[in-house]
Amino acid sequence: MSEPIRITYEVDGEDFMSAGTASTDMKRVLRQLGLDSEIIRRAAIAMYEGEINMVIHAHGGVAEVAIYEDRIEMNLIDHGPGIPDVELAMSAGYSTAAENIRELGFGAGMGLPNMKKYTDEMTIETEVGKGTTVRMVVRTV
Amino acid sequence: MTNRELAAALGLRVICPGAEREIKNVYCGDLLSWVMGRIPSDAAWITVMTNHNVAAVAVLRDAACVVLCDGAEPDAQLLARAESEGIALYASEEDVCRTAVRAVAAAGV
Ligand SMILES: Nc1ncnc2c1ncn2[C@@H]1O[C@H](COP(=O)(O)OP(=O)(O)O)[C@@H](O)[C@H]1O
Ligand SMILES: [Mg+2]
Repeated sequence: MSEPIRITYEVDGEDFMSAGTASTDMKRVLRQLGLDSEIIRRAAIAMYEGEINMVIHAHGGVAEVAIYEDRIEMNLIDHGPGIPDVELAMSAGYSTAAENIRELGFGAGMGLPNMKKYTDEMTIETEVGKGTTVRMVVRTV
Repeated sequence: MTNRELAAALGLRVICPGAEREIKNVYCGDLLSWVMGRIPSDAAWITVMTNHNVAAVAVLRDAACVVLCDGAEPDAQLLARAESEGIALYASEEDVCRTAVRAVAAAGV
């Protein structure tokens, strides 16, 4: 089994304007690798939502992508406030986003549900006051 | 119909010409996560959102063009991203509903 292709993105928590950079770049890489467009679409949606969550809820973080022969792994690691009730956070429409965030078009409460829906595996490790790590896998074969 | 033909048919103002693309769907929405999860590929995306995150969603979901309604103007970053990513960005003086009804009729989708 050959080594995965690894890419790491710093996601800036102060800059709404650069949000989407990591997912857009990842999509470009997956395209260059010639992956199926439906798989790329699913990975890009999940990555975008994870990236946005780190920006609007966690003051930024790091997105690590590893592309294996049979899967894409995406790890989103932040040191933000953590998620007190993961089950509640996972429910469609639930959002703690502030009004100024909603005005930008975020805060529909569909991010985590979309991430779950568009990936084959998703796990959330979180601790209040410490941070959150979301691990997602999209299988490519 | 292509995005350019749609712009001409509806009398949309071209803010950024972008790449020529075939329109296979029309989709309306302003909540970005909602749009992100649901917009079909190759859609004319009709919205009143004007910040640059619109560009990220349009690129990630392969929108064929973005139509800003009610005379809304894109912010500077959206315009810059549309130019660098080749997104066709149009403006409609009409609201989302009227623009969408005409787009669906014109594109026959
Ligand atoms: N990385 C994170 N750090 C802290 N809280 C988060 C994080 N991601 C999600 N959340 C919490 O989970 C809620 C639901 O997330 P999501 O479904 O993406 O909806 P939205 O981002 O639109 O609020 C958020 O409103 C927030 O309270
Ligand atoms: Mg979210």
